[in-house]
Amino acid sequence: MVLIFLSTNITSFIADPLSHEFMRKALLMSSLVAAVCGFLSSYLTLKGWALMGDAVSHSVMPGVVVAYALGLPFSLGAFIFGVGSVALIGFVKQKSRIKEDTVIGLVFTGFFALGIVLVSKIKSNIDLHSILFGSPLGISLSDVKQTVFISLLVVILLSVFRKDLILYCFDPRHAKTVGINILFLHYLLLTCLSLTAVVGLQSVGIVLVVAMLITPGATAYLLTDKFDNMTIISVISAIISSIFGIYFSFWFDLETGGSIVLVQTFIFLFAFLFAPRYGIFKFKKLISNY
Amino acid sequence: MNDLNYKSYRIEAENICVDYHGKVALYDANLRLKAGQICGLVGMNGAGKTTFFNALTGFVNISKGKIRINGESLRIAQKDQAIAYVPQSEGIDSQFPVSVWDVVMMGRYGSMNIMRSPRESDIQAVKDAIDRVDLIELSTTPIGNLSGGQRKRTFLARAIAQRASILLLDEPFAGVDIRTEKLISELFIQFKNEGKTILLSTHDMIHVREFCDLVLLINKTVVAYGETSEVFTPENITSTFGGMSPDALFGPES
Repeated sequence: MVLIFLSTNITSFIADPLSHEFMRKALLMSSLVAAVCGFLSSYLTLKGWALMGDAVSHSVMPGVVVAYALGLPFSLGAFIFGVGSVALIGFVKQKSRIKEDTVIGLVFTGFFALGIVLVSKIKSNIDLHSILFGSPLGISLSDVKQTVFISLLVVILLSVFRKDLILYCFDPRHAKTVGINILFLHYLLLTCLSLTAVVGLQSVGIVLVVAMLITPGATAYLLTDKFDNMTIISVISAIISSIFGIYFSFWFDLETGGSIVLVQTFIFLFAFLFAPRYGIFKFKKLISNY
Repeated sequence: MNDLNYKSYRIEAENICVDYHGKVALYDANLRLKAGQICGLVGMNGAGKTTFFNALTGFVNISKGKIRINGESLRIAQKDQAIAYVPQSEGIDSQFPVSVWDVVMMGRYGSMNIMRSPRESDIQAVKDAIDRVDLIELSTTPIGNLSGGQRKRTFLARAIAQRASILLLDEPFAGVDIRTEKLISELFIQFKNEGKTILLSTHDMIHVREFCDLVLLINKTVVAYGETSEVFTPENITSTFGGMSPDALFGPES
């Protein structure tokens, strides 16, 4: 009896949201976005670009706003401002005595502020709330096309240059010594970061997109010693977070972006505590001791 | 590649200068090495040893001077896989999720296609290299699970797999076990006989006397350069290390 009650409940928990078209679309698109973010995340975590991810994802804001206002693809605006912000960070760092983390913080908040001011000044139908906090439930058809296109592009780029990028993250000096163009790889990764940030912000918004770029990779890093497995775990954990996040937001009426990122954080916490080799409670040790 | 009759110099560095954001790290440094020569690079921390390596690999740009490798430019040397660099232990993220095999395969990347898919010859080269450093049974082990000495051997294997004619080694003996030290010593003799050119930085004066035909003493610039027996004198060492005597630095034994 209890079992029947439970199973009906679980079935309706899963099936009910699926009867709405916007939910099916949101689940599908968010999973795609999560997969791309998770894929890139394994590179960013190992390159130590968490702060860079934060900077770029905030800096794309004015680009997105300007692109919307001019009727251009938002990815183009995001790309220009994303790469531009990093170039500016590099320039200020080189030409002044200020430390890098200060420069990063300074530049990206400046860009971000510009974005917010532009939203309030440019008359358009841009919804500040949906840029800041994401709106996976309200993705338009043209957004879907762009998201699919960008996602494919990023996945192809990261796959074709996979081994070079791993080497670049691991030992750039060796890459240079054997004639690999590390400047190209640097900008390739940066390009992927800018593009992915703009894809991710539709799902969880600018404020939280950095979580999509860092947390899945960090979780996976605690669970494996192989790069390939790390990418797979990172992608899967990102997708699971998105799906559960959207379900929770549907059933408990939560902000979707926050809900997705919270699930991600909980998965990380779980790995942090119980990862077989690198968790606080090392299960492998316990098992092998007995 | 291993031609012992190689006439011209393998490495020619003429009056090279490197500065980082206006701070001079190295100036007017000169070095000439032929095939089969082993040269020790000796200096204090911050004396410009790693900078010298970075300049020779092209990882940093020189602001003045000229570098020729096998008589050609650095760019051609990189394309030809002429130089292999074995990093200092601290220069590497030892927790990076790659295995011994992955790292050694990276030595072959420069001669592979864009996707870096290994050919039969690459796989054989990697196997041979791992075998030479005695790590066959650990080839699938993540580098994070290796000892310092095993990790050092992994990077040596990468240099071997690359089949470079010039080896640059940053502190090859630092923090390694006796077994690795012995293996590296044997490899140096083999490399020398194969006609490879080796430049190694070290803090260990005994190693300099043991292996190095030549020694380059630096302190931001060249203090002394020449055959070990002539140049490696207490006076030169003292001026390299900013006035400290060899006894004070390394104990009366050295």
